[in-house]
Amino acid sequence: MSSPIDEPSGEDARPPRGKDRAQYGVCAFLALLGTAVIVDGLGIPHITSSTDPVGPRAVPVLLGALLLLVAVLYAVDVARGGHGEPEAGEDVDLSQAVDWRTVVLLICAFVANAVLIERLGWVISGALLFWGTAFALGNRHHVRNLLIAATLSLTTFYAFAIGLGVNLPAGVLQGIL
Amino acid sequence: MDNLNNLMQGFEDVIAPMNLLLALIGVLVGTAVGVLPGIGPAMTVALLLPITYGMEPVQAFIMFAGIFYGGMYGGSTTSILLNTPGESSSVVTAIEGNKMAKAGRAAQALATAAIGSFVAGTIGTLLLVLVTPVVVDFAISLGAPDYFALMLLSFVAVTSVLGASRIRGLVSLLLGLTIGLVGIDTVSGQQRLTLGVPQLADGIDVVVVAVAIFAVGEALWVAAHLRRKPVEVIPVGRPWMGGADWKRSWKPWLRGTAFGFPFGALPAGGAEIPTFLSYATEKRLTKHPEEFGKGAIEGVAGPEAANNASAAGTLVPMLALGLPTNATAAVMLAAFQSYGIQPGPLLFEREASLVWVLIASLFVGNFLLLLLNLPLAPTWAKLLRIPRPYLYAGILFFASMGAYAVNAQPLDLFLLLLLGLLGFAMRRFGLPVLPLILGVILGPRAELQGRRSLQLSGGELSGLVGGPVSYAVYTVIVLVLVWPLMRRFVLRPLRGRNT
Repeated sequence: MSSPIDEPSGEDARPPRGKDRAQYGVCAFLALLGTAVIVDGLGIPHITSSTDPVGPRAVPVLLGALLLLVAVLYAVDVARGGHGEPEAGEDVDLSQAVDWRTVVLLICAFVANAVLIERLGWVISGALLFWGTAFALGNRHHVRNLLIAATLSLTTFYAFAIGLGVNLPAGVLQGIL
Repeated sequence: MDNLNNLMQGFEDVIAPMNLLLALIGVLVGTAVGVLPGIGPAMTVALLLPITYGMEPVQAFIMFAGIFYGGMYGGSTTSILLNTPGESSSVVTAIEGNKMAKAGRAAQALATAAIGSFVAGTIGTLLLVLVTPVVVDFAISLGAPDYFALMLLSFVAVTSVLGASRIRGLVSLLLGLTIGLVGIDTVSGQQRLTLGVPQLADGIDVVVVAVAIFAVGEALWVAAHLRRKPVEVIPVGRPWMGGADWKRSWKPWLRGTAFGFPFGALPAGGAEIPTFLSYATEKRLTKHPEEFGKGAIEGVAGPEAANNASAAGTLVPMLALGLPTNATAAVMLAAFQSYGIQPGPLLFEREASLVWVLIASLFVGNFLLLLLNLPLAPTWAKLLRIPRPYLYAGILFFASMGAYAVNAQPLDLFLLLLLGLLGFAMRRFGLPVLPLILGVILGPRAELQGRRSLQLSGGELSGLVGGPVSYAVYTVIVLVLVWPLMRRFVLRPLRGRNT
């Protein structure tokens, strides 16, 4: 999508990339997905009619076959030394390895919101989401973050759910808000 | 003259105080979000979609128009003041723009970008008014085989013209088509890839996919590589331009517009090629070649105009044919669909007033943008200093809110996370995201048109080749596919022999 231009010289010289073997994982994923799509497609009753001579099976089976084909072509490309350029951006520092701890913490905050949103309501779960993600990203002003999070979720709830009629659950705070 | 009357009616609707206020809010919010680093125009529109969920279509479209141009302009501010732009369309602007800013001419760079965007946006929207009805007249005669061929062309173009690697584009497209397959088959009523989950029967909402891939994927990706040192933002005062700058800017604006609009209107034309062409042209034509590479104003004026004009151009196939050609148009199309509005030639018959309100709001939004951005530039520059944890926490917060609000079901939040992780992986492995979004949006429609074509021929594959349009389109597809092979096996050996 984008390419860094005019990188500040020297400071983030990337290590020369050898063969990026993790790409074989993508091939495996594509092959698996292709198989799954074909299996699911073959499980669909083959219904055709004069208005629909093709039926619902043809496209999934074709798509699954294409996925398998692309998995093979991709593997060939990787074996020949092909690799994709990781995406750069304003805040992206590609010279450091993936920070899995941050990613996992973010996922936890995200899942917590998905699980809690109906029970506790958007105001609480959304505030937890903001607080949790800010924490995961390394911000340690806990009290200030909690205030920002609460303000943000209350504002969005009143502005969108009550003001503009957007679907957001009130949860346990039903009747209080 | 009928269109002119419609347009005037559109203006009348927009000028109503309440609607004007909405346009203003759209422009402000669109620019503010677009300025934020890491947020491109497509993500801006995707993140701001939920604001409009409770509105009437007319109001929503008025706001969209503002968000659309606001998000575009916000991106160029970022690239001028920060360098290393987030979206490919602003790459070229950053080359000279950031150099100008570093040399203390940030005010002029922002001014030529703002005024150039206005000029290009206005001309582009005018061309949109003139060209779209012609395309609609042509499109109305197209049958199912022709549409099928056009969609195939979109797929081929987006995977092989854009991006560095065809195979990676194809991977992305197939992933998108697979996501688009989920749900009940509209023709036969059979469930496909729903895994027995009832909520999946309606398919995965395109808005959820777009927000996941653009916003969540991006936030996770940046979070995994967050630059821990503070960024350098160049301070800026109120943008202004002296007489000499005007003199050097106006021709690049017009030339940039001429490059941008047609490329935007082509399938997979996008903004990358015209911005680069405009930059190269200005570099060749300039009277100040010594300044290029050090901050030449022409190098900002031309590409910025090209960028904005191409954005207007993308609306032609989007409105007239229902074919999105870049990420922003794809998200806009998703927004249309969430209102039950299907862009395409019939849109101008069924929802004429809505379309003309949208077009009128594009003019108004563009004008408001100019009025607002000159005085507000210092404020936008401050937004660039927002602490990164808050920025990305905010993106995830609004992404979750938007995705939940689509159907009010928590399952969408899990889908959002899963697809967000897919977006993360795609950024890691250098897979382009545009083919995926296009696949999700166009896949089901391509299948429908393809099956309709075969219905007419009783299942014979010959049904896919319809009128002369489909012949022409298939010829173009073959050319696009064969061209790299030609280059490798015919042109290169020839050239080798000559030298």
